[in-house]
Amino acid sequence: MSLRDLTATQAIAELSAGRVSSLELVDAHLDAIGSDSVDAFLAVDAERARERARQIDDSGERLPLAGVPLAVKDALSVRDVVTTSGSRMLEGFRPLYTATCVARLEAAGAIVVGKTNMDEFAMGSSTENSAYKNTRNPWDQSRVPGGSSGGSAASVSARQVPWSLGSDTGGSIRQPAALCGVVGMKPTYGAISRYGLIAFASSLDQVGPFARTVGDAALLLKHMVGRDPMDSTSLEWPEPIAIPSAQSMAGLRVGVVEELMGEGIEPGVRAAVEAALARVEDLGGTVVPVSLPSALSGLATYYVLAPAECSANLARFDGIRYGPSADADNLLDQYELTRGEFFGPEVKRRIMLGTFALASGYYDQYYGRAQRVRTLIVREFASAFENVDVLASPTSPTVAFPFGDRTADPYAMYLADVCTIPVSLAGLPAISIPCGLSGGLPVGLQLAGPAFSENRLLTVAHALEGALAFDTLPPEMAT
Amino acid sequence: MTPLEAVIGVEIHVQLSTRTKMFCGCELSFGDAPNTHTCPVCLAHPGVLPVVNAEAVRRALIIGLALGCEISPRSIFHRKNYFYPDLSKAYQISQFDIPICGRGQFTAIREDGSELVVGITRAHLEEDAAKLTHVGSSGRRAGADHSVVDFNRGGTPLVEIVTEPDLRSAADTATFLRQLRQTLLFLGVSDCSMEEGSMRADANVSLRPVGSPVLGVKTELKNMNSFRFLERGVDAELERQRQIIASGGRVMQETVHYEPETGEIHPLRSKEESHDYRYFPEPDLVPMVPDPSWVDELRREIPELPVPLRRRLVGEMGLSEEDAEVLTESPELVAYFTQVAASADPKAAANWIRGELRAQLRERGEDPWQSNVTPDRMSALLRLLEDGTVSMSSAKEVLAEVVATGAEPADVVEAKGLGQISDEGELAAIVAGLVADNPDQVEQLRAGKDKVIGFFVGQAMKATSGRADAQAVQRLVRAAVLDDAEECTGR
Repeated sequence: MSLRDLTATQAIAELSAGRVSSLELVDAHLDAIGSDSVDAFLAVDAERARERARQIDDSGERLPLAGVPLAVKDALSVRDVVTTSGSRMLEGFRPLYTATCVARLEAAGAIVVGKTNMDEFAMGSSTENSAYKNTRNPWDQSRVPGGSSGGSAASVSARQVPWSLGSDTGGSIRQPAALCGVVGMKPTYGAISRYGLIAFASSLDQVGPFARTVGDAALLLKHMVGRDPMDSTSLEWPEPIAIPSAQSMAGLRVGVVEELMGEGIEPGVRAAVEAALARVEDLGGTVVPVSLPSALSGLATYYVLAPAECSANLARFDGIRYGPSADADNLLDQYELTRGEFFGPEVKRRIMLGTFALASGYYDQYYGRAQRVRTLIVREFASAFENVDVLASPTSPTVAFPFGDRTADPYAMYLADVCTIPVSLAGLPAISIPCGLSGGLPVGLQLAGPAFSENRLLTVAHALEGALAFDTLPPEMAT
Repeated sequence: MTPLEAVIGVEIHVQLSTRTKMFCGCELSFGDAPNTHTCPVCLAHPGVLPVVNAEAVRRALIIGLALGCEISPRSIFHRKNYFYPDLSKAYQISQFDIPICGRGQFTAIREDGSELVVGITRAHLEEDAAKLTHVGSSGRRAGADHSVVDFNRGGTPLVEIVTEPDLRSAADTATFLRQLRQTLLFLGVSDCSMEEGSMRADANVSLRPVGSPVLGVKTELKNMNSFRFLERGVDAELERQRQIIASGGRVMQETVHYEPETGEIHPLRSKEESHDYRYFPEPDLVPMVPDPSWVDELRREIPELPVPLRRRLVGEMGLSEEDAEVLTESPELVAYFTQVAASADPKAAANWIRGELRAQLRERGEDPWQSNVTPDRMSALLRLLEDGTVSMSSAKEVLAEVVATGAEPADVVEAKGLGQISDEGELAAIVAGLVADNPDQVEQLRAGKDKVIGFFVGQAMKATSGRADAQAVQRLVRAAVLDDAEECTGR
């Protein structure tokens, strides 16, 4: 067994016991990144990582995350490390500050080894919208890793890092986690500070962990949650995140969202999810059908609200204060040429959609109406949770799809998030765990809970993980 | 044709003089080197978030309470979107349909003492844009070689106060704005400097037939940097509209600019006006829900404001409107005056503070409340004058000494021997001498030229180094001359 095969929890145990040094651990993972077969990273700062590893080794300090390598989605600001959000608009941009969540993990001993590939400004579900390169799915290199946090998911799956950070607006952690056969969690909106997360849609964006085990995801989450004075929407956390240990689901009621098990869900995906739900009953839980009538309106709602917010969030990229700038003779050309040249097509599409949706005369019809549907979805979830403890559904309607399969059809691409978006609109926590294979490719099970129910979700996910015994090692990697 | 009346409403932007900016921790500055008070937040670097300045909220509430506004139990911020280099995020965080302060009312007092009641539509919180400087021949954007941006100002907290179209003349508009400014100064929320731009006013101006309930087409007169220019600008714009209407034309809704040098009105290019700001709720901020007990506390902390103060100075203390207006110029001055007037005659206090004290301090560049002349010393001096211990001219001399050294007035009087001579015997001897030495003046006085009495007072002052009791001298001269006259003419 190589150091790369250790989970973060195992690595911490090895480090604490003095059986391995942080530098050895970091080097082993840097080697894996160096022989990268999936192109998960946009930037690797080996020197910075080694330097920190040496510091930790020399200090003898017993930090809780004791020198374990971490990959960070390129949407998260890390001081002095090139941070592009997958866009040419920020090519070569070195931030002046570090995102709160990253700073907290670094303070706890985590070592950032690099920045992972993503769809440009987190807009996409395959990472094909990256301005720089495609990231391949470790389970089948002809297929996408999902997105937008595709690099973070693939790097964990390919054992280049034990864990990583992603961001999830409509499914950007959960969907690539599902497609790459790893654990991915989007916490309650407000659980983790967004300060330093390059905004896509502010009312939906959340940072969250990728890991190969539920326990590792819990550990990473534990060190990020809580109020940050720099983010007014961050929340005081009611109880510490606990590392789950339960093996039973006795007394737990799991609601299966009927609307997300029907048409549009691949049969192989449905079969794997149903098989996982059967294990719920084996573990003492109860499975009941639940209806969320507005769930399928989530997609349309999302594609009004998220573009509207992004049209404002991305307006600051004008080439004046930072980033590349087009040659122009006057102000209007400066704006148009810079934005025309350095934004990719999907980003432009969403900015235009959002600008239109907010235009005077259309506001009520689009933005106002979408907000009302969002409220309806919030209420439907609330009433569902009066009867069940968690809700279950597929994370993605399909397994990983081939490159180019959906790039010509934005709507087909948008459908990849049909199961994850309603949860995002309601601001609720959800976790995706690998629950089986369909055609040799991983299938994700999404478990969602009420706000602040992270500990409950982690407990349920952990119990199921034990029962499912999914092998996260992609077959290609085993050889 | 029915006569036309002016209909004017104003929008006032007030920069709050908080320590830090509206949404980040950068310190406010005026006059520092450009772009030295900036951070990732106010420069809109990727990934940053705004955090509301609690002190700015407090001040906005104080303004709202002082203007009698309804305080919103829950208000939210909106994003106002537009591209311009002075706006780093390309949206301004402002308030839209739920401002922190709703409807209110402000009463000003005109010069003639009549009331000018102006409805307040709202007062909301927002952030200022950065400062653009157009470099080139004209200093205006048109024809500039290039423009530079100073983000020191970007993100300064602003309160925008919007009035109802209740004003009916340029003079009333200026009166309202002056007294509103005074009120804001009393609240200590802003420097309110029109020149430095910490208070900026735009006027919405239109005409309509007298008695019509319908509003005419308005133009917006932008950014006047003094009340005088604003008054002239509004008059010029009203005149321009009158001429358009008189010649059968129609006023266009547009933004106009007043050129103080020429007195001309220029329309700004209408292209700049075709903005659709695409307002939507700011998702990075949570609603502002001020604790009602906090609001009550702030309401109790509001000091007595200049307009009611003026009324009290006139009504209770018997001051003239003019005295009252001058003395309520600043909270410091009125506080000084009220302390002096607490133990001296208010009218005399007003006269001395506005007159002699100000004149003496002007040379030293001091304000009364910062000077050696504490309110206690000022009132002590006024009492010495009132009870006849010192003469008017000695009082001025005493004041000069107090200004210079901070000595107590009574000590100065004693040390310099400035006590007034009111001893009738001593004065009678001097008067007798004067009467004997000046037969011509005695003659004139007898002939009814009463002004000549001043000559005798002057001479008596000369003889006593200004210490003679002027009234006693007058009485004694009259007695001496007129008794004498009676003797001559009576028989």
